[in-house]
Amino acid sequence: MTSENEHTGDTGHGDNHHPHLAHHFETPAQQFESGKLGMWVFLATEILMFGGLFCAYAIYRGNHQDVFLYGYGALDKMWGATNTVVLLASSLTMAWAVRAAQKGQQKLLIGMLIATFMGGVGFMVIKGVEYKAKWDHHLFPGTMNAFYYEGGQPKHPEALPHAIEYIDGRNLGGEAHGGGGHAPAGHEPAEDSPQHEAVPGDDAHAAEHTSAEPASAGVRAEQNATAHLASASPVIVQAVYGAPADVSTIKPPASPADMGVNDAVIDQAGEVSMPSAAHTQILWNDLSSDQQKKVHLFFGIYFLMTGLHGLHVLIGMVLIAWLILKAKKGTFGKDYFAPVDIGGLYWHLVDLIWIFLFPLLYLIH
Amino acid sequence: MSHAHTNDDHGMGHVSPIWMLLGVFALLIFFTVLTVAVTYVDLGPANIWVALAVAVVKGALVGLYFMHLRYDSPFNSLILVSAFLFLAVFIGLALMDTGEYQSNIAPPDSVRPNSG
Amino acid sequence: MSVIQDPVKVGGYGGQQEPGGTNYINHSKGIMSWLLTLDHKRIGLMYMIAVLGAFLLGGSLAVVLRTMLFMRAAPDVAPMTPAAQDLYNQVFTLHGAVLVFMFIIPAVPAILGNIVLPLMLGAKDVAFPRLNLLSWYCYMVGGAFFLFVLLNGRLDTGWTFYTPYSTSSTTSVTAATLGAFVLGFSSILTGLNFIATIHMLRPAGMGWFRMPLFLWALYATSIIQVLATPVLAITLLLLAAERVLGVGIFDPAMGGDPVLFQHFFWFYSHPAVYIMILPAMGIISELMATFCRRQIFGYSFIAFSSIAIALLGFLVWGHHMFTSGQSAMTNAVFSLITFSVAIPSAIKVFNWLATMYKGSISLATPMLYALAFIWLFTIGGLTGVFLGALSLDIMAHDTYFVVAHFHYVMVGSMLTAFIGGMYYWWPKMFGKMYSEPVAKVAWFLIFVGFNLTFFIQFIAGSQGMPRRYADFLPEFAWYHQFSTVGSYVLAIGLFLVLYNWVHSLFAGRKAPQNPWGGNTLEWHTSSPPPHENFTEDPHVTDPYQMHAWDYDESIDGYVYDKAKAIELDQQSHH
Repeated sequence: MTSENEHTGDTGHGDNHHPHLAHHFETPAQQFESGKLGMWVFLATEILMFGGLFCAYAIYRGNHQDVFLYGYGALDKMWGATNTVVLLASSLTMAWAVRAAQKGQQKLLIGMLIATFMGGVGFMVIKGVEYKAKWDHHLFPGTMNAFYYEGGQPKHPEALPHAIEYIDGRNLGGEAHGGGGHAPAGHEPAEDSPQHEAVPGDDAHAAEHTSAEPASAGVRAEQNATAHLASASPVIVQAVYGAPADVSTIKPPASPADMGVNDAVIDQAGEVSMPSAAHTQILWNDLSSDQQKKVHLFFGIYFLMTGLHGLHVLIGMVLIAWLILKAKKGTFGKDYFAPVDIGGLYWHLVDLIWIFLFPLLYLIH
Repeated sequence: MSHAHTNDDHGMGHVSPIWMLLGVFALLIFFTVLTVAVTYVDLGPANIWVALAVAVVKGALVGLYFMHLRYDSPFNSLILVSAFLFLAVFIGLALMDTGEYQSNIAPPDSVRPNSG
Repeated sequence: MSVIQDPVKVGGYGGQQEPGGTNYINHSKGIMSWLLTLDHKRIGLMYMIAVLGAFLLGGSLAVVLRTMLFMRAAPDVAPMTPAAQDLYNQVFTLHGAVLVFMFIIPAVPAILGNIVLPLMLGAKDVAFPRLNLLSWYCYMVGGAFFLFVLLNGRLDTGWTFYTPYSTSSTTSVTAATLGAFVLGFSSILTGLNFIATIHMLRPAGMGWFRMPLFLWALYATSIIQVLATPVLAITLLLLAAERVLGVGIFDPAMGGDPVLFQHFFWFYSHPAVYIMILPAMGIISELMATFCRRQIFGYSFIAFSSIAIALLGFLVWGHHMFTSGQSAMTNAVFSLITFSVAIPSAIKVFNWLATMYKGSISLATPMLYALAFIWLFTIGGLTGVFLGALSLDIMAHDTYFVVAHFHYVMVGSMLTAFIGGMYYWWPKMFGKMYSEPVAKVAWFLIFVGFNLTFFIQFIAGSQGMPRRYADFLPEFAWYHQFSTVGSYVLAIGLFLVLYNWVHSLFAGRKAPQNPWGGNTLEWHTSSPPPHENFTEDPHVTDPYQMHAWDYDESIDGYVYDKAKAIELDQQSHH
């Protein structure tokens, strides 16, 4: 698409008076409309390409609802919402940049383009923080994922208990568990809490991670470790609610040693007053053994969708950087702003796709 | 129907007023808050459809105003709509099929313990 | 033989010559003037060289695999060892992959479409010349991946890359999928360009229903290229992710679904069949009108049937999956819609036949190919209806019956239309006439050779010969040997075509502006056209109103009578 925008900026080799009119167009308006039409057709191809991933998503969510409900626990609703706002804001500045270009407001144009670019930077940084939180818990795409099973056995038995603990803990604590500290939205119960250990990338969280280490070290056989962790989970339920929230999830109480292992989780979760009983809490043991082997699929789809989208954000940022350079040279004005408009269309599409990705990935119910 | 290049009578693009840009942005933020807020309400299987409906409204706002579709050649809107239409055909038929045969291939122990 | 002095004699447009007699070919010199050209005609020629190279490669592989099957019937001479079977798997895979992705899909749009489309519109170029060049480079990069697969790696999955085998095969599946991915971009860029060009660059006076039917066909093709190819892109990316990362989307052991791959793949690859055949049908419409010297019959039916085929083409992909485990309900839906594709296809055939009826038919070489097309497409199309029937498909699935069916459509129809179109526009592209007698002999060899090769495969298939097998029961030996002999005849015919084309460049008679008497706008400029296509705006009238062109024996071509054209145009409006 870069070259398409370059093309609309093609000064051509004809003998027309308009400096930006390519030789095979008769009027600037014809050239402008052609460029826009071309970009819209290109956007249609983008929609269908992402559509393949949405199709895969729909089929796997439809067939493995509980697996998705479980895996979604690793995602952070508030980070997702924050990123939505960031991207929407950058869409606003992009649309404003087009207006500035149309009105010949050079400084405003450059400012708005830079703001849009910074929106892209902000989005990618937040995405990076989110990715890091996943990677800290071995939630990689594909065979490297902690939940990956091979021949009926976990491929990474050493990583699996941590990942289970991480997601079980989050599913019990709800998004308050993970979203609190960073999210700007106001209705966070954990907002003023001094502790939010499970916040991705937080130091406190690392401590929790370490404290869980003996569990897997002590219990070598992963089967045992799984059962052990799972039996710890209902304790958290009771700690949080004071009473069993859902009879079906309750298992016999764990031993004191187990309690110790999960102290950090309980302490921290105990601070949280759960805002929502609307979410069905799915824990590792609620999944059938067959479903447990499929959890990694959720992460495969998550990384493919957000990864391809992130790649498009990066491409859009390159486009906008190019527009900034051109704008600084004073290329754009009332008569010639097609590249800003067409580059803007691309940026808005990236936003548009995120508008659908966000509820589908982060707001699973 | 004819788009022969001589009929470009509407000049070069529509200049959006600032109040409109800000108004659309405010609506988009409102819908973002709404879609997050609605996850705290259990609507059963309707939750996903509410979330998608809100996404469609947001997408339409971006398309109509930020992407100027409302003031643009209707053909550009047609391109966008047909992209979604073909996508719906693709996802719809594939989903229908897997829905039909899934019960034949799923192992018995994958019966859902509780429905989300 | 023809000394052109009187510019009016050239074709009526005295001004359609560049000063100094330059044209787009000798307009500028040096290799870089080609590699960096933005001229759609030069890009078309570069595509021609590359695509014909791919055809030579894929076609040679076909001869190799037919020869292997021939030798199998004489096991004492050449035993089918496991190594030989492995080789056979690779040969038929690359034969299919190279010819589908690098020849059949790009051939007509990227070569003839690129050269002819802007000329037919009276435009100077396509809407986005740089994207057009980028598309050629995408093609070359994609081709390089396939060349790598051929030379350094291996590929034995079949051109369809079906999972689960393609996720576990140790051959160069990833390189091949990336190659097809890049080729897909080439295809998308061409389609995007054509849509924008047809919308924005039509001249004053050319409404949608005054467009040549070839442009309707290219427009319909472009819709498919734009809407279907991205799904192939994501399919191949998912396959690559599956191989590299092990995501598991297509792996049933991990909750994935191998049938889903087939849904993804055929959502592109069935419409892709119409990417192959629709532009070929567009060529036939042009040939029929020109060589019957008659207004095309049922213009709007032919135009809309192109669009109908393009749209219906998106709704029938499941007929490739009747035996895949696809649900009975889906099978029934896809089978029904598949039958309905026969309607617009038949509308075209009947309209062509009606155009011929009481036409003044000239059996020039392009017309012979058009006639061959109708013969072969009817067989290919009708056997497609057989295969769309669920019960019969269960029996015929994965047999040579299917192989014969799609070769009748993809080779018999598409290839003959392509060659016919190449002959038709060859004088326009190069300003040279080919040898008519040689062309007719080659046509005969191709027509006979093709039918010898593939008709018998219907019979072998209905007797139960499975496709893609290196080995077979003795009773199938003679079918294979017969077919192989036919393929040699076909190959000789094709080489004769190539010889005729190349020979004409050096020894061909200089072509007049309009050797056939067609009235689409490419005949309103010189042969070959100048760099800017037209030096004066062409006269836009009904594209099939050919009676303003009068034959002039002295140039063996047609001369335009503009006054007569205006008069005829006014009559047709009343």
